[in-house]
Amino acid sequence: MVEEKVNQLVHAVTGVILQHADELTALDQAIGDGDHGVNLKRGAEAVLAELPKLDGKPIGEVLRAAGMQIVMKVGGASGPLIGTWAMELGKHLPPAPAYVDVAKALEAAFLAVKARGKSEEGQKTMLDVLGPAVRAMQANADPAAIKAIVQAAAEATIPIRATRGRASFLGDRSIGHMDPGARSSSLIIAAVCDHQSKVEPAN
Amino acid sequence: MITNVGIVIVSHSPKIAEGAADMVRQMVGDSVPLAFTGGDPGGGLGTSVEAIMEAIEQAWSPSGVAVLVDLGGAESNSEMAISLLPDEKRALVAICNAPVVEGAVIAATEASGGSSLKTVRRTAEELSPQ
Repeated sequence: MVEEKVNQLVHAVTGVILQHADELTALDQAIGDGDHGVNLKRGAEAVLAELPKLDGKPIGEVLRAAGMQIVMKVGGASGPLIGTWAMELGKHLPPAPAYVDVAKALEAAFLAVKARGKSEEGQKTMLDVLGPAVRAMQANADPAAIKAIVQAAAEATIPIRATRGRASFLGDRSIGHMDPGARSSSLIIAAVCDHQSKVEPAN
Repeated sequence: MITNVGIVIVSHSPKIAEGAADMVRQMVGDSVPLAFTGGDPGGGLGTSVEAIMEAIEQAWSPSGVAVLVDLGGAESNSEMAISLLPDEKRALVAICNAPVVEGAVIAATEASGGSSLKTVRRTAEELSPQ
């Protein structure tokens, strides 16, 4: 039963990436090299191809394997960043994680992405979504609230002037566009929240 | 067996990687282990962790390997590739903060004289404003 949920969760997350690939690419065309959607689509497909081999494995192992596929197949900077995020989550999640376990794993994964990208919050990157998500869980927010927080956090990257990543080459011209990495992270977290609301309705 | 420091060139563009490698060969011939990689796993512009790991293996030298990269993703993917190497090799690979073409030629020239990885890296990095 637990394994079946893991499987569904992976399908939910990869599904949302595949569904929004064109949008992510369009965002990246505005302030980057225009390959974010294409790259993540390749990563999502690689994860789906790996999934049958992970049948019945605990969530930690599935996330570590998914992260490695993302690292190997994405091809852009988002590969090591999102891949590290997934691998680190996998490293810290016990087989049947409670809310507090997820909160702790999310914080560890956030710190790992920060280190991998040598970046801080406020630079118009995925960290601007991952940071608020960590704090929302530390404040015991429910899935619906976390979803609203990450969506607002991605929107909040629009007025930021990028100081990390390729968008930083544009200087002031990066202002007025949503960061593609913040958007993809918000989509992933929102998909997980939706999935949680569905399997464990708030009582 | 060549014991000079090896050079790996990582560019988003396979053509730039190959062209930079040609310029290195013109300068140092076969005196330095050299490998290059460019392009993402789907064949587009970008870089591949797997291909970078293979390039490091190919240019391996007991004295270490200096890696020259172009933009952001090339650096992140190279760092990721290095982190996935076996422990005993990881410490012997250094990414140089230098322009990829000039850095590769200068690093290789320094390496061809038998310099240490530290010196090769420092020489390449003298090209970048500190």
